[in-house]
Parts: sequence; structure tokens; C-alpha cells
Amino acid sequence: MKIVLVGHGMVGHKFLEALRQLQFPAADVTVLGEEPRTAYDRVHLSDFFAGKTAEDLSLVEPGFFADTGFDLRLNSRAAAIDRRAKTVTTQDGVTLSYDKLVLATGSYPFVPPVKGSDRGQCFVYRTIEDLEAMKEASAISRKGVVVGGGLLGLECAKALRDLGLETHVVEFAPRLMAVQVDDDGGRILRSKIEALGVQVHTERNTLEITDGRQARHRMVFADGSHLETDMIVFSAGIRPRDELARQNALAVGARGGIAIDDQCRTSDPDIYAIGECAAWRDQTFGLVAPGYEMARIAARQLAGEAGAVFAGADMSTKLKLMGVDVASIGDAHGRTPGCRSFRYTDECKQIYKKIVVSADGKHLLGAVLVGNADEYGTLLQMALNGIALPEAPEFLILPAGDGKARPGLGAHELPDSAQICSCNNVSKEQICTAVAEGATSIGEIKACTQAGATCGGCVPLVTQIMKAEMAKLGMAVTDHLCEHFPHSRQELYHLVRVGGIRSFDELLARHGRGLGCDICKPTAASIFASCWNDFVLKGELASLQDSNDYFLGNIQKDGSYSVVPRMPGGEVTPDGLIAVAQVAKKYGLYTKITGGQRVDLFGARVEQLPLIWEELIAAGFESGHAYGKSLRTVKSCVGSTWCRYGVQDSVGLAVELENRYKGLRAPHKIKFGVSGCTRECAEAQGKDVGIIATERGWNLYVCGNGGMKPRHAELIASDLDKTALVRLIDRFLMFYIRTADRLQRTSTWRDNLEGGLDYLKAVLIDDSLGIGDELERQMQHVVDTYQCEWKTAVTDPGVRRRFRSFVNDPQPDARIVFVEERGQIRPARADERVPALAATAELST
Amino acid sequence: MSTKKPRWTAVCKIGDILPGTGVCALVEDHHVAVFRLGEDGFYAIDNIDPRSGASVLSRGLIGNLGEHLVVASPLYKNHFDLRTGACLEAPEHSVRAHRVQVRGEAVFVSLSTLS
Repeated sequence: MKIVLVGHGMVGHKFLEALRQLQFPAADVTVLGEEPRTAYDRVHLSDFFAGKTAEDLSLVEPGFFADTGFDLRLNSRAAAIDRRAKTVTTQDGVTLSYDKLVLATGSYPFVPPVKGSDRGQCFVYRTIEDLEAMKEASAISRKGVVVGGGLLGLECAKALRDLGLETHVVEFAPRLMAVQVDDDGGRILRSKIEALGVQVHTERNTLEITDGRQARHRMVFADGSHLETDMIVFSAGIRPRDELARQNALAVGARGGIAIDDQCRTSDPDIYAIGECAAWRDQTFGLVAPGYEMARIAARQLAGEAGAVFAGADMSTKLKLMGVDVASIGDAHGRTPGCRSFRYTDECKQIYKKIVVSADGKHLLGAVLVGNADEYGTLLQMALNGIALPEAPEFLILPAGDGKARPGLGAHELPDSAQICSCNNVSKEQICTAVAEGATSIGEIKACTQAGATCGGCVPLVTQIMKAEMAKLGMAVTDHLCEHFPHSRQELYHLVRVGGIRSFDELLARHGRGLGCDICKPTAASIFASCWNDFVLKGELASLQDSNDYFLGNIQKDGSYSVVPRMPGGEVTPDGLIAVAQVAKKYGLYTKITGGQRVDLFGARVEQLPLIWEELIAAGFESGHAYGKSLRTVKSCVGSTWCRYGVQDSVGLAVELENRYKGLRAPHKIKFGVSGCTRECAEAQGKDVGIIATERGWNLYVCGNGGMKPRHAELIASDLDKTALVRLIDRFLMFYIRTADRLQRTSTWRDNLEGGLDYLKAVLIDDSLGIGDELERQMQHVVDTYQCEWKTAVTDPGVRRRFRSFVNDPQPDARIVFVEERGQIRPARADERVPALAATAELST
Repeated sequence: MSTKKPRWTAVCKIGDILPGTGVCALVEDHHVAVFRLGEDGFYAIDNIDPRSGASVLSRGLIGNLGEHLVVASPLYKNHFDLRTGACLEAPEHSVRAHRVQVRGEAVFVSLSTLS
């Protein structure tokens, strides 16, 4: 079957993914994409200005087209359809024949018919090309206006703000997000948005755009007022791209859009339409979830599943606009006859919540949440599944008082068929099945069901269902560290600190049972180190350390170790580099530059480690703690010392901070970054602690992460001097060490922190728990008792003699074998190691 | 198990093994992990981790999981029973356990043969 897909946007690509998943072998698929690039995530378009690249936003996994054999043609706009001949012709004159044609042409931004809207520096907000043009214009602009205060308009305002412009939003309606939010919610939303530095002008009807006096443009409004600006972005809604349908006499919806039936077929049974270009029962859908559903339906129809039908879509939404939670569910405006509502407004914290219930008070019809949308998952499920409301439904949105738990929606109350993730259409039943098949973390659930993998709004509910199912199946869901301690890591930390406990035997005797294991021993060792900071290989402590900490190196797949000397701030002298190089050469080590701006030396056998370190120490190096759950590096850019843009000495600060916190043991590794100006060359916002120089001092960001799940760090204080900065970092790190779970990076810790960023700021900056001094004192103790572990290890004969491959033979481990690749060593693969293996052949007498 | 008289090899002194840790000994060209659990519990299993082929099991952390006395491989963290060599997570990756004897201060190992 020859299938031609017109349009390679989010929905078009989902259709291709669905075809692949159905393993539809007879499909010969050609894809025409108008844009110069493959499908990307338009939902997160504004991230482009927050540092994401077009590649980051891409939705196409590498090798997708090569693997599927789908023929992708970019820069190819479909210009005409010949329904009788069943062909499509592109604007370049290429004609393709089809058996089935799928239109996923999307929509175009609506520009109101305002005189002057075609002037230069006026933009729309839809494609990466639009964004690139906006970015270019922003460089020569000071002020920007977004026309349209809807969902997309506010996203766009965030983009302008991220570009550093004075940002205004002009809206025709009396409130922001008029479709999703009511008047009271709109008021709170407006004040929150304005507090973020965006000026909002509602009830403004733009009549004309003319030359400005102070700026490039002047927007003249119907009420006689005006606003001057350097650039304008129109984001006043979207319109379906249905021109191909109109040219070919396909039926269209009453308000535009290509009319489709429940099978996603147009009035020509060989032509399908999906996504924003389609009108189902005269309704078009500007959200991605219904488009994805249509894509799946169309693919299944083509694969012969007659039973696959589109049954409409829930238009509930939850999003974060410039850090402000906004959510809207079902009948948000209370238009159902006889319905009644409950409202809660907190003007201090700027929170608004409303629920709309049925006339008999038994069912939830809709909701609006602004400022805090924690209840979204519960309320959505109640509305979608018609679950009976509790007796006093107002408590669903009122803040919990006196520590009483909110009447939540137990996961067990949801029917198996309840759709939990609307983006990827995942039911409760699918999540439970995944748990039964062994997925017991949110990451595994995402990987095998896709639940929560698109917008992430349902993650709390998915987690709740996962835990409930695990409990049902008898799996442990306590926060106990392991079978030996009926306590969480946080509780153990407290017990150690308060009880002055310094040994594992004492900890086990007082608070645990059994012999310990590979979970609790290193955890205890880390807590002891954070609290008392004794040498990690001293006496009994050595037996608690993971292999990496025991040998003070990172174990590699073949049992050899890597060696990383500390280079604070990434600064190293030529002599230092020569010394490192000489050691590497002498011991035949593989060398690689790390992401943390230092040098990693691989391939050292245990008995070589003390010799290598003796030489490195003699050359002035210290342990880099690359093996520890501890401070790794403080990455820096060269800063004001050399860089023409730098405003502060970032290297100097990085060196100072690395020396202050080196050796600090924590629940997981910690990385810092210091940038000398807002260009952020040190990528500090991807670090646990990120510091960015300003004209007046330093901005402090915390809880960022690169790696598996990138997370931007959040700003907690601005324009700090060095003393204030160090004090805040002391408090932050010690508070993290005190409260985090084992192996929990600061980013996950922050995501799970009750009360979120506001709470963290209150503890660190306002000292709301009254522990600020204590945290600083505890950190100062760690700083004052620092020692280079390698220096201690090589000078202690008792410790040093443990570094050998065999207790009864000085020979090296012959199983560690290297071969050469690109001029350096690498571990031999099993087949290359055969001669060496023969030497230690299995005994078979 | 062989019915032959076991051959015992002296591998080290008690004091060579820090309580709660292990060492690797060469016994008739075999890599054997010898552990000391507490002050006077000695156990020996193959040192080679079947999953990686690396000679590392003596460097794992020891303790108990329920009834089992175990070592966790330092590479992939799978657990081996110190008394039987059974891999708890993947029985196909089990190793052999060997006999250990302490005479005076000396630790002796006798290899078990392939069954």
C-alpha cells in the first residue's frame, strides 16, 4: 500500500511512529515536510530561548528513517492533489501517486487584520525559523509586544523575556487565557505574570501599527491609547491549514478544518486528516494529545483495524507559564445548567482554585487552578471517570490544616480503564501491568509505557498508582534504607549526628539488625564522613566503603581503576600537565579529558595506584575524589581575567569553592559551575550548584543536572557578595546532605522536596527552621578537617599494603589485558583476551 | 565434589584480611576471593565475576540478605552467597565456593573441583 503523508510535524511523526509500532509491512510510505527540518517539539518551543537547540527539540530518534525505510522529503510542500488520479504534486513539480493520503498539515498562526501588521520586525510564533528571526530581531530591540494573551501568547512572552526584552502582552479579551481560566483566576494569573516583569494590557483592540517616536512601532488601540515597541509577535490563535481540502472539494468543518469522521477519514475515503488541520464534528483541536490520538487511529485504520475510532478528546490542560502553574479541567466556566462551584482564593500566596460540581453535588464537572496545580491529577481523574465526590468537596482544594491529609483520590478508586496519561493514552491497567512485569521506578514506567513521557503532568499520579500497585503485589514501598535499618537515610543521618555514633557496629547495635549490606554500609560511611570527617580508610571505616572508595579510584569493567588528580576550577599549569603526562606515560595509562575540566587516567591496576599517586602528590596534585559521592569539580570559564565579556573573576571563585568543598561526602556526587558573565560558558545552570557573575556580584542557582534527566538549576539569590554566596552554599549543601535519600542528586531531591523552591528559599535564606548557623558550623568543621585521602593512604603502611592484586603473590592480575586503539590502550574484549585466559584456565581435575 | 583428599594451600595470615573485607589469593593458578566476616568468619569463592569476566569479587561489600551471607559484585552489584557461590539474581552466573580453614594465624584454602 502506497501511503503519502503530507506534513511532518508532531502529529505527522506520531503517525509514522504508530505505523512502525503496528509493524505494518505492506506500507510504502513517503513523507512530505514543508519545513527544512524533521518533526520537533512545538509544545516546548520557548525552551529554544532558554538554551535548547533545534536538535534538543527534535522528536525523531536517530536512525528512524533508515530503520523504517520511510522516504522523507524535507522542503517539499504539497501544492496540489488530483483525487481522480490519486496523486500529490509538490511545489517543485514532483508528482507522487498514493493509495491512501494522510493530511497532517497542522495550522497557521492567525494575524488579525490590522493595518501595518506587515511591517518589518513583526513576527508569528510557530516554527524554529520564526524563532530564529525573533532572536535576530531581539538583538537590536529593547522592547517587545506579544499580541494575544492566550496559552501560546504567554509562552511567547516568556520567550521574549528570556531574550532580555522589556515584554508586554496585549490582549483583546478582559483577561488572560480567556478560554481556560475564569475572571478570578485570570486576575491572579495576571498579577503573577506582572510580578515576573511582563506588563499586561487587557481589553486592547489594536487598530493600526505606525511608525513610533521612541521605538520602531507604535500600536494604536481603539480606546485611543497607544504602546510603542521595537518588535511585535502575533500569537492570537491558530487556524487549520485546510487549503488542500478546499481546493479539492473535500468537506470542511463549519469553522474551518478538514472534516473527518470517527475513522479520521475525510469525505474522500482514501484521504485521512489528523491533528490541528482536521475538524471532527465541526470541532478543531489545538492541543497535541487529541492530534496524537488521531494519528494512532488513522494508522490503525490503515493497518486494517476497523474498530479503531476517534471519540473526541478531553481538552483539560495543565502547564507552567513562566513558572506559574495554570490548569483547566472540563467545564471550567461552569456552563452546565444547574452546576455549582466552590472557590478558594489566597491573595497573599497568589493562588486561585475553583471546582465546578454537578447540580446534585455528586460529580466533578470542571476546575480552574492558578498558582498551584497540585490537585490537577486527582481532579482530572474524578471528572473523567465520574468518581463520586467526597461529602465536603471543598476540602479537595482547601489547604490542608493541622497536618490533616487532604481527601485525595486513592489510586484504588480509579477504574482500570482510566486514562492516566492523556498525551500517550496510557491507562491505569497498562501501568499496573508494567509494575507486575517488574517496573518499579518512575523511569522504568516511562520507558515501557510512555506514561508521563511527554508533558509530565501525570507523573505524580503515575507514581501513586505504581506505589499502590507495588504494595498490592507485596513489594516493599517503605523508605527504609534496607532490611538492616528500619529508617530512611535522613533518619539515620539524624541518629548518627544526635547520638554521636562513629562506627557501623554501634549504629547496627543501636538502630539496626543483621550484618549490613552493600546498601547500608556505604550509606553509613558517607554519613559518618559528612558528620565527623575521619579518614575514610581508617580502621573499621575501610570495610564499609564501596570498591571505589576503598581503592580511591573508579573501578572499570575489567577491574582496573581510573585516576583523576584534582585541578581546581579546571586550572592547571604546564608543569602540572607535564607531570600528569609523565605519570600516564610511565604506567601506560589511557588519558582522556573529562567533562569536568580535568584529566582522567585509565587502566591502573590496584598495585600501581599508590605508586602513581606518590608521583602525582610529589608534583603537587591532590585526590580529585572522582570515585566518591562527593564534590567532583567546579567547572569555570576564564572570566574577566581574560575574556572581553567577563564581569567577574570566575576562575578565582571556582578555585576557591573547589578548595573549600573538596572531600565533602554527600548522598550523591556534586558538581559546580561558575560563569563569568551571563553568556554562561561554564554551563552552571546544568550543575547542582551554579554561579553566574553579574555586574554587582554573583547569582546563585541550585539543583540543576545534566546527564540522564537534564534539569535547569533555579535561581535562589541574586547579586550576592562572596561572603553571602559562600554562606548560602554552605547551608544548601548541608541541608541537602542532611535530608536527601541515598543516591539522590540535588535535582531529584528538589523535585521531591515538599514545598518546592519557596520552601528551600525559606530554609536557606530566611532561616525558617532556625538551623542556618548550625548548618554553617557543620560545614566549617568539614572544611577545617579536610585531608587529601591519597596523601594519607600512601603514607600509612597498613593501608598501603592492601593495594595488591593477590594477598599471597606480588604478580599483577594477568586477566587485565589491553590492546591498542587510536594510539592508546583500551581493555581487551573477551575474544582478544583468549591467550591471557588460557593462562588461568579452569581447573577441572 | 571430589573424593580425593583435599589439598590445602596457605594463602595469608588472619591479620592480612581486615574484618569485613576480602582479599584475592592465587591458589593453584586460580583467583580465589577470601572473605573475613566479622572477626572469625572466613569464606572463599571464585574471584572472577562471571558477568564481566573481571577478577573483582574480593573487592565487593559483604553482609547478609535475609538468610544468605553475601558479597555484592563491585561492578554490577549482583549478590553471591558466600557459602555456596550461588548468584542470587541470576543463578546462571553462580560461582564455586571453596573450603577455608584457619590453623593458628594462617588461613588455608582448598579448591573445590568442578561438579
